[in-house]
Amino acid sequence: MDIHEYQAAEILARHGIPVNAGTVATTPAEAEAAARAAGTLVAIKAQVHSGGRGKAGGIKLARTPEEARAAAESIIGLDIRGHVVSKVLVVPGVGIDQEFYLGVVLDRNARQILIMASAEGGVEIEEVAQTNPEKIIRIHADPDRGVQPFQLRQMAFDLGIPAGKVAGFAAIAGSLFRAFLDEDATLAEINPLIITKEGDWLALDSKMSFDDNALFRHGDFEALRDMAEENATELEARQSGISFVKLDGNIGCIVNGAGLAMATMDAVKMHGGDPANFLDVGGGASADQVAKAFGLVTADPNVRAILINIFGGITRGDVVAQGIREALARVAVSVPIVVRLSGTNAEEGRALLAEAGLTAVDTMDAAAAQVVASAA
Amino acid sequence: MSILVGNDTRLLVQGITGREGTFHTTQMVEYGTNVVSGVTPGGLGKEVAGVPVYNTVADAVSETGANTSIIYVPARFAPDAIYEAVDAGIHFVICITEGIPINDMVPVYRYVRERGARLLGPNCPGAITPGEAKVGIMPGFIHQPGRIGLVSRSGTLTYEVVDALTRAGLGQSSAVGIGGDPVIGTSFVDVLSLFQDDPDTDAMVIIGEIGGSDEEAAAAFIRERVTKPVVGFIAGQTAPPGKRMGHAGAIISGGTGSAADKIAALEAANVRVARAPFEVPELVRSALASA
Repeated sequence: MDIHEYQAAEILARHGIPVNAGTVATTPAEAEAAARAAGTLVAIKAQVHSGGRGKAGGIKLARTPEEARAAAESIIGLDIRGHVVSKVLVVPGVGIDQEFYLGVVLDRNARQILIMASAEGGVEIEEVAQTNPEKIIRIHADPDRGVQPFQLRQMAFDLGIPAGKVAGFAAIAGSLFRAFLDEDATLAEINPLIITKEGDWLALDSKMSFDDNALFRHGDFEALRDMAEENATELEARQSGISFVKLDGNIGCIVNGAGLAMATMDAVKMHGGDPANFLDVGGGASADQVAKAFGLVTADPNVRAILINIFGGITRGDVVAQGIREALARVAVSVPIVVRLSGTNAEEGRALLAEAGLTAVDTMDAAAAQVVASAA
Repeated sequence: MSILVGNDTRLLVQGITGREGTFHTTQMVEYGTNVVSGVTPGGLGKEVAGVPVYNTVADAVSETGANTSIIYVPARFAPDAIYEAVDAGIHFVICITEGIPINDMVPVYRYVRERGARLLGPNCPGAITPGEAKVGIMPGFIHQPGRIGLVSRSGTLTYEVVDALTRAGLGQSSAVGIGGDPVIGTSFVDVLSLFQDDPDTDAMVIIGEIGGSDEEAAAAFIRERVTKPVVGFIAGQTAPPGKRMGHAGAIISGGTGSAADKIAALEAANVRVARAPFEVPELVRSALASA
């Protein structure tokens, strides 16, 4: 689950990290008022769940309230990598003396949490990682003991931070790590973390994402969800335990298992078709759930044909067939359906489909070929 | 005996009285797996598919000599179940449960390693040695005893490839699903290494998907250490970047983890990479012929 910069900053502030607090504005007038209240140079920053905001023109400086209004006018409504800006954050401008990158992520290979920092702050950290990997200092947190202050001081010295500022850095890095654990984050990042002209540490931009599997521990996070950033269909799917991602093609796919769903999309492409979606009905899908999946796919007006590919393991073929029949009884489907059913109880499933006037194809390859032909 | 599970397996089922636990225990017993006991706290004295139920893993181990455990308990209780199994001396734990928070798995992984045990999964279909033991949720009947070792990050996609192999007359020594989560107990490299050393395995099939860099690590290992022929398949060749495709791991970000990168890495290690699952059997045949 992703959240906005201003929300991440609020969370990090609660963890004792000094952040550049601002005001959220949804209209140019609100941005102007916020700038007037700030009474200083301000930055107007697009609040979207996407990187690359600066390059896309989503971050602007304004010297006066009028400039702030004009900046907000140009930013609100902007499309940044497919995310349309509906709100901006107005923050006071800050004089920067030094800037750093500081981030906490999972290192999948080490199966440990990794704290990364670089003196090359403010730029795309991925770029630094590619071109100058030695400029990123890395510390693995011990799975039992976490991270110790001396490790963070070492990190600060390695970054060339002046001795008088080392304790401040270690405190912020320690808090960021704590926030990552306490909030069940998959990413906690400050970029840039700066030393101001006045000599104070300040988190100028914050980013956090949360582990969807841990949301049950954080009931308050639901309030942070920005519905404008969510695809309503994808959200509805998630609530029924279905993984759904909308794509641009015209062949609806209903598959059990994420890997098989991706392979099915690949097979459709191989036969010259274009998938309209990724859809994993999940393990042990009930007839009701399969019917829901059917509803999700048919709601897309671009869909010209539907491919159902089920390999039964937990999910039983007869249950799936029952779901397809129930769905067809509830929803009028005007596009051709190609079903591929294999595995546990596949024969029973195929018999149930035959009763309903549907035929099931034997192999995934044949099913993909047939669905592409049907959609043409 | 092929790898990980077989005739020596004495299986314990954690969460045996739950819906999934009961269904799959019955399936495993029917397959011929030696299921010796089950655990559900407070379930002492019950029986599932003829398997006696105990209150704790320690009791089940001392009473029935279980050496392998499979876990079907819900996500929020699964880390505790893994700790309990390892603490009771179980050396191989298979965790089927999906949806375990990442931050819970990091210390679990450390504990399992420190105790010298092995964890498969979580969020995996399990492992099978056809004709000997099925320890997981895979449909047993699609497998056939043979000499091809299979390892995969996926569930149903594994069945797809196994089915294609069996139909082509290529039986399997063992088939192992390592799971699609960011923190998993057993990696591709671990399983490839076991197959390389297994006298009952002639060739290996590796089935990967987008996200992470496990396939790249596997490619490096194959180049350096594997002498048996390897065939690969990577799912998600057409997946758009930045979108999470179901598995927590299946996301392409920042130009890494793409199918193209993984295929290139595998091909550089002399792995024959199939464009679709149905191509796997013919590539295995040609790899065996030229080995």
